[in-house]
Amino acid sequence: MKHKYDTIVIGGGPAGLASAIKATKLGLKTLIIEKTERLGGIPLQCIHEGFGVIYFKQNLSGPEFSYKLIKEVDRLSIDYITSGYVSEINILSDEAKQVKVISPKAYQVFETKTLIYAAGAREKTLHEINVVGDRVSGIFTAGEAQALMDIYGVMPGREVVIIGSGDVGLILTRRLILEKAKVKAVIEAMPYPGGLVRNIVQCLKDFDVPLLLGHVVKETRGRKRVEKVIVERVDENLKPLGESFSITCDTVIISAGLLPHVRMLKELGVKMDPSTRGPIVNDFFETSIRGVFAAGNALVVNDLVDYVVEQGENAAEGAYSLITKKYVRQQNIPVLFDDNIRFVVPQRITKTSDVVFYLRVKRPMKDVKIIFEEIDKVFVFSKARPSEMIRVKIKKKDLGDIKDKLHVRLYSDASPQT
Amino acid sequence: MHIVIIGTGITGASIARVLSIYEDIDIRIIDKEPDAGWGVSKANTGIIHPGHEDDPLKTPLRAKLCAKGNKIWRKWVKELDIPSKWPGELMLAFNGKDLREFDKYIEWGKKNNVEKMEIIDYGKLKSLENNVSPNAVGALWVPSAGQISPWEAVIALIENAVMNGVKTLFGTKVLDIVISNYKVIGVKTDKGFIEADIVINAAGLYADVVSSMAGLDFFTIHPRKGEYYVFDENSKPRVSRIIHPTPTPVTKGVYVVTTVDGSLMIGPSAKDLSPNMKEDTSTTFEGLEYVWTEAKKLVRELPSKTDIVKTFAGLRPEPSTGDFIIEAYDDPWGFINVAGIRSPGLTSAPAIAYYVVNELLINRLGLKMKNKKEWNPYRKRIRKITEMDPEELQRSIAEDYRYGKIVCTCRKVSEAEIIEAIKRIKEIGATPTLDGIKFRTLAMFGQCQGSFCRKEIANIISREMKLPLWNITIKGKGSEYVIGDIKMFFKSESHEA
Repeated sequence: MKHKYDTIVIGGGPAGLASAIKATKLGLKTLIIEKTERLGGIPLQCIHEGFGVIYFKQNLSGPEFSYKLIKEVDRLSIDYITSGYVSEINILSDEAKQVKVISPKAYQVFETKTLIYAAGAREKTLHEINVVGDRVSGIFTAGEAQALMDIYGVMPGREVVIIGSGDVGLILTRRLILEKAKVKAVIEAMPYPGGLVRNIVQCLKDFDVPLLLGHVVKETRGRKRVEKVIVERVDENLKPLGESFSITCDTVIISAGLLPHVRMLKELGVKMDPSTRGPIVNDFFETSIRGVFAAGNALVVNDLVDYVVEQGENAAEGAYSLITKKYVRQQNIPVLFDDNIRFVVPQRITKTSDVVFYLRVKRPMKDVKIIFEEIDKVFVFSKARPSEMIRVKIKKKDLGDIKDKLHVRLYSDASPQT
Repeated sequence: MHIVIIGTGITGASIARVLSIYEDIDIRIIDKEPDAGWGVSKANTGIIHPGHEDDPLKTPLRAKLCAKGNKIWRKWVKELDIPSKWPGELMLAFNGKDLREFDKYIEWGKKNNVEKMEIIDYGKLKSLENNVSPNAVGALWVPSAGQISPWEAVIALIENAVMNGVKTLFGTKVLDIVISNYKVIGVKTDKGFIEADIVINAAGLYADVVSSMAGLDFFTIHPRKGEYYVFDENSKPRVSRIIHPTPTPVTKGVYVVTTVDGSLMIGPSAKDLSPNMKEDTSTTFEGLEYVWTEAKKLVRELPSKTDIVKTFAGLRPEPSTGDFIIEAYDDPWGFINVAGIRSPGLTSAPAIAYYVVNELLINRLGLKMKNKKEWNPYRKRIRKITEMDPEELQRSIAEDYRYGKIVCTCRKVSEAEIIEAIKRIKEIGATPTLDGIKFRTLAMFGQCQGSFCRKEIANIISREMKLPLWNITIKGKGSEYVIGDIKMFFKSESHEA
């Protein structure tokens, strides 16, 4: 096998597959490295619908969505390695990177001009959400529970408390109920839900599952398996209000959000953004290391797979532009944002192409105005929620007036009650 | 002769190994848990202490056995291929009062045969440990301190003991010590009666309970809870030495160490629990907060809190008498207590084992012991791909593709290692569990804490053991990982109808 590639994509989920497809279509010799036994990523365990509404203009289940991408990978005969573990990355130069891969076939060393890092996200663990107590059986992350049910065909538990009202947890709640498990409560620390409104309605309200906003699980208790959780009411700054009570249950499922899986990037010394916990990138999704790109949930945690795919394609275009020298990184203009905004991606712009900005607000707001200050661009939304990422596009020709920084400001009338 | 050892912790396992040197003894080691070393031994700081912190007058056994154990461990870790390192320890002083304490430790150390101890100033301290707190004014430097993986040590000892003919009985609870004519004749367990001429009580937190079964209820054991934080193996800064404060009358203090598998670890707290709370390994806000605050005082910088991968609590068996209780008795003859083995118990364990055999069995009880002609002192640890060079890895994958199949991506553990661990668990007569795999391979020990790989590992155990997934447990019966087939509630409903 020839061991030289134009781009190596790390991760065979939606972001990785989309970037590999795009890169191949642009004429780049591409290799995908996927750590599990098959391509497709996390959607394979998501048997609910809601995938691909924007990208494929179809409302698909997770496996259907991934299957469409996998079919395209096969049609284009893109090289891939499954059960492939990237054990080492070496940055040889701006134009050359070395990737060492362990797989059941062999231990191999590849060389590539560019890297697209699309390793997805990981779930927060119990201690990361400040829960103490007994570490016993019956404690799962939402993704783990989902895979157990719909890949392995087994039940994680009987009486469940879900921590966090993120989308994965909400959808899992419905899934558990459909298998006749009892979900005793969904517990959310913030005064508003973490997931999309449609999921709150379809997964909790329709099944009369109590949603406890402004509550945290303090402790898990049990001898061999979870027997109960201790719950406490908190204010909007997560300060305890001193009322605690227990809920008996045999299972606790954590759905308190995802974090970009950036371990390998960190080891490489890629600069990180504390507001996304992912890498700092420019509008080509190139990280602080030349020729290393990031996309999907490894870049920023998304709520729609369609955005993930879009990011994968953008990273592929970045790799292509770099290799064909269509883009030379001359400037990296920082994007700054105000207090109402949680993050903006990309964090830098080059002014050499159209830019799609992704951002999240810090709290639910209405009559929102997002202003790109230096260029007088205004986007107006009637409502904005932290759970729904905002996507806006600015054409290259409109970026002209930006000099050494771009300010994104957000104005809103008041917070709506949720 | 029949000898029963109760408890497969570091103490019981060390005694089993040393006893396996001798011929014509039928040795059985029993444990209530499904695997070895799941009590005190699995959750501690893993330090091999030099022996200068134990008062030879107040706690003479501890003082004597600690320094001896430190020396024996150097040989044992080689014979048994136990991950270890010898970075030395720095007892930090933050003021004149601390500095004045050092004379006492040096005096104790000399009496306890600790070879090298040196009071050093901040300059030398900084050169030995770059990450030391700038508030430290000096330190007591004791280079003989080491670190081992405590659970790997127990596993190694049991594996080696079993190789040399020791029989194990896991998942077996002692109900009574059977005595006839002032002599021990056996042990009654939930699995039946075991004949014994000698019963060695190394039951850790439960040593008081077992002792009172033999009519010896002159002491109690209460758990002292210690909580810890473990950081991601890649987080920085770490420490290159074992760091701890000058002990106060109240506490020995929090340690900052880089464990043998490369992760920064801080702890323990010290909270005394009542004697009946022997299973309370829950973490607490207060305990963890204390550890964080105290550890911060010792170093210039700790990694970010977001780099913490794990918190845990362990229990130390504190005896009401103070010192180790290592004794044989006239009544009942044949019953031996090895109780109250709190810190420095891990360090002392090999010396305790020789003490039990030489001082108690041979001298005190007058047993005749004869060495076996062939005794195998060696045991190899599981081959890990993280310890292979590229050629060896290439070769291993060619021989067995499962070495190329990474199951735990955080700690880089291959399927071949998981399967080897299962095989070894079965060989010592224990039950494969998720915790058992975790301690042997470090899988599920990393950043994601198993949220990606735990299901795959459970699936591998289920496949290898030919058991349904819902029979696989985290830590033995009652801790099943999942509860049944996905349609179980529909099926049970149709049964009811």
